[in-house]
Amino acid sequence: MQFDWPILSVLVWLPIAGGVLALLLGDRAPGAARWVSLVTSVATFVLSVLLWNGFDRSTAAMQFAERIAWIPAFNAWYDLGVDGISMPLIVLTAFITPLVVIAGWSVIERKVSQYFASFLILEGLMIGVFASLDALLFYVFWEAMLIPMFIIIGIWGGPRRVYATIKFFLYTFLGSVLMLVALIYMYLKSGSYDIAAFQGLPLGMREQVLIFIAFLAAFAVKVPMWPVHTWLPDAHVEAPTGGSVILAAIMLKMGGYGFLRFSLPITPDASQELAWLVITLSLIAVVYIGFVALVQNDMKKLIAYSSIAHMGFVTLGSFLAFDIFAATGELRGVAMGIDGAMVQMISHGLVSGAMFLCVGVLYDRVHSREISAYGGVVNTMPVFASFMVLFAMANAGLPGTSGFVGEFLVILASFRADFWYALLAGTTLVLGAAYTLWLVKRVVFGAVANDNVAALEDLNAREFVVLGALAAAVLIVGIWPAPLLDVMRATVEQLVQQLMVSKL
Amino acid sequence: MNGEMMTMLDLAPAWAEIFVLAAVCLILLVDVFLADRHRWFTYALCMLTLAGAAFLTATHGATERITTFHGMFVADPLADVLKLFTYAMVAVGFLYSREYLVRRGLFKGEYYLLGLFAMLGVMVMISAGSLLTIYLGLELLSLSSYALVAFDRESGVAAESAMKYFVLGAIASGALLYGMSILYGVTGSLRLDDIAVAVQELGAGNIGLLFGLAFVIVGVAFKFGAVPFHMWLPDVYHGAPTPVTLFLTAAPKVGAFALAIRLLAEGLGGMHDGWRDMVIVLSVLSIVVGNLVAIAQTNLKRMLAYSTISHVGFILLGILAGTTAGYQAALYYTITYVIMAVGSFGMILLLSREGFEADRLDDFKGLNRRSPWFAAVMLMLMFSTAGVPPFVGFWAKVGVIGAVLDVGYTWLAALAVFFSVVGAYYYLRLVKLMYFDEPEGEHPVIAGTAMRATLSVNGLAVLYLGIFPAGLLELCMRVLP
Repeated sequence: MQFDWPILSVLVWLPIAGGVLALLLGDRAPGAARWVSLVTSVATFVLSVLLWNGFDRSTAAMQFAERIAWIPAFNAWYDLGVDGISMPLIVLTAFITPLVVIAGWSVIERKVSQYFASFLILEGLMIGVFASLDALLFYVFWEAMLIPMFIIIGIWGGPRRVYATIKFFLYTFLGSVLMLVALIYMYLKSGSYDIAAFQGLPLGMREQVLIFIAFLAAFAVKVPMWPVHTWLPDAHVEAPTGGSVILAAIMLKMGGYGFLRFSLPITPDASQELAWLVITLSLIAVVYIGFVALVQNDMKKLIAYSSIAHMGFVTLGSFLAFDIFAATGELRGVAMGIDGAMVQMISHGLVSGAMFLCVGVLYDRVHSREISAYGGVVNTMPVFASFMVLFAMANAGLPGTSGFVGEFLVILASFRADFWYALLAGTTLVLGAAYTLWLVKRVVFGAVANDNVAALEDLNAREFVVLGALAAAVLIVGIWPAPLLDVMRATVEQLVQQLMVSKL
Repeated sequence: MNGEMMTMLDLAPAWAEIFVLAAVCLILLVDVFLADRHRWFTYALCMLTLAGAAFLTATHGATERITTFHGMFVADPLADVLKLFTYAMVAVGFLYSREYLVRRGLFKGEYYLLGLFAMLGVMVMISAGSLLTIYLGLELLSLSSYALVAFDRESGVAAESAMKYFVLGAIASGALLYGMSILYGVTGSLRLDDIAVAVQELGAGNIGLLFGLAFVIVGVAFKFGAVPFHMWLPDVYHGAPTPVTLFLTAAPKVGAFALAIRLLAEGLGGMHDGWRDMVIVLSVLSIVVGNLVAIAQTNLKRMLAYSTISHVGFILLGILAGTTAGYQAALYYTITYVIMAVGSFGMILLLSREGFEADRLDDFKGLNRRSPWFAAVMLMLMFSTAGVPPFVGFWAKVGVIGAVLDVGYTWLAALAVFFSVVGAYYYLRLVKLMYFDEPEGEHPVIAGTAMRATLSVNGLAVLYLGIFPAGLLELCMRVLP
């Protein structure tokens, strides 16, 4: 189903326009800025639901496409379109942003209009990343995203925010510029910046390896993969709650999306050659970072490390393709791995966003992220405790929650590739449960630990709405993931076909 | 001396230069008779001169290459675009400087006249068809610049930097002249067209040509401020009064670019293999040294000076590629860089006030609280200079990196992008000071409407050209076919 009006452009530019409007309203009317942001982000979400409903599940072709001449000098076009991989991510982005706006409603007191404007502009840019079909347009959105996030962490963040935000910016920027060189190289070879043209571009092995490494630099930092993950704990911890949520829920997914959209289809042979590297790094992330998460004393840092471990599943599922095909000779398992990676992205977006929001709820009251500052929260905040336990279970991968679906698909796929991959990947079931449930045990359960906890008030309506919406989403995806898998099916199948064709 | 009469038609391409020269002489005379309180009249006349010159250049626009003055003066679309751009930047520079000059008692007619003389030098360089014309324009620009740098008589730093600029500039001009004399000796002509033909005949490996080329490169590198001929730049940028620094980062950069194009690309284009490696060295050193040393600076003008050096390295990347796309990319980079640099120095001028220079990094602390709009303008300028989309500086970098990749220098492209990340650090530091720190005192931003409006347009232009780069890119491609 196509609309007469350019829905994707509206999805990209409506939040940006709303953000600019909020900025212009300024701090003289902070309430106005908040309401503009809320209305804009909810409108964007409604539009994204239209996008979901109007999506044709039978084809892998790009839908809702728009194409306008942008820079004839570089043969770059303003080319937007979605398929089964990018569309769920756009819906996720549009879903999370209003929740972030509501979560920050009365918590932020300084420079209110700039805070909400930054998030809205960021939302538009993120949707732009997912919707771009032109590599240069993709890159512009990809880099431009860094600016509002830099500002968000730097102004409203914690005590070490300046260090964290500069580290975040420079790390991500460095990876991305190497990708720029690769993109320009391919433009010079193919004559345009069209991603589809890149995917069809014949490349020699040496070229492929270099381009793969350039993409790996950009996406590995974004995901983040061990060992270029060190910016994440700092950035997540120091960011304000809304910033952490957006970082974890959406920005990390861009790395995974990049692997699926760029690395795998454009350099399939190099991906096959170097799959061992990505798989190794993913398994290190799952196992080693799982252990690191276990020893954390700071709640946000623990969830940050847990994020890295969960994103390890995403990269694992994406790159198992070649080993699975080599072992089984069938494409079905390959598709399962990529399906698992995609579902894990969506699920992790919901779950980690929710966990950061839970920590935010506690932080707003007690102003401490230390686990030792809490204990027995269930006694004074039972409703909150139920939400937190639900999200913790989802994080650990309990069947019935969304966390299980993605992990199960990836572990099943890795069984087909190699028993040892599956064993190592499966340790996440143990480790994930360990660090998450231990966190919950120390913070939520037990006797009331101190006066701060005794004075806690339970969730107010605003927080209830946010956590409730996320809980509903987590349960729906967990119990009935079929619609999500349906939407992705055609695109994943086409991707798998592309992977199996050598470019040499 | 031949008996040829110079007809009016011969002078037509040079009308703008003649007009500026005549106007400057006239304003000089008028200025002598003006009282101090009427100095705004000189300022107004100078702005009118710029407008008049723009009118003349636009109406006598050359659609193809015309030479006059026996081939010593060239008028082509490139020259027109560069000149119009120079008029605009000089006008903006004069506008930004006015309040600063008034506050410091430097609001003298000579300032604007020297500025116009320097601009005239740049115009002559842009339209140079002969080695002698190049030198003429270069010296006119340089001598006026030396005087401008020393303009503040009470400042010791200014006098010191003027001396350094003068001595080093004289040496570099001498080297350039020596190189030119060797080229003249080997090729037998001063005209760039003839030299290009002679280069084809003699071959690029001719030892005499290479020798002359080396000295010429020294002169060009000095004028650009490329490492290792860059030592004057930080001192001059730091010591000169801020309006002069702004002027020096605008007009002479366009002049240096014109110098490189006329001399290296057109005149000695056949020797590309000879000068390419030299320019690679200049470019790599500039990018590396410029970005690394800028990190250590606490004075904002010095930091921007080293940043300028690194950007010069990028412009040289476009030039060393030797392809049309490379020259177009270098032109685009020069134009966008000057726009950004003029804006950055304009911001320093905006924040300076009575007895206070606003050139320390800390002077920008907490600007977001004092003036959110101008903090946003500076944010846009800083991210643009760092090369982050969606601002125009990103497209400049894409252009030169593409040009370099096209000729196979992948390592050079990787190095350039790596150091632009290193460079991003000090731009981020400035954004950090503005947004994440508290202001040091209650210092509201005092400036007139004209300055505020122009600076805002400057900042928005950086964003607009970043989102819609096609227009300026097409222009650069059209004038350098």
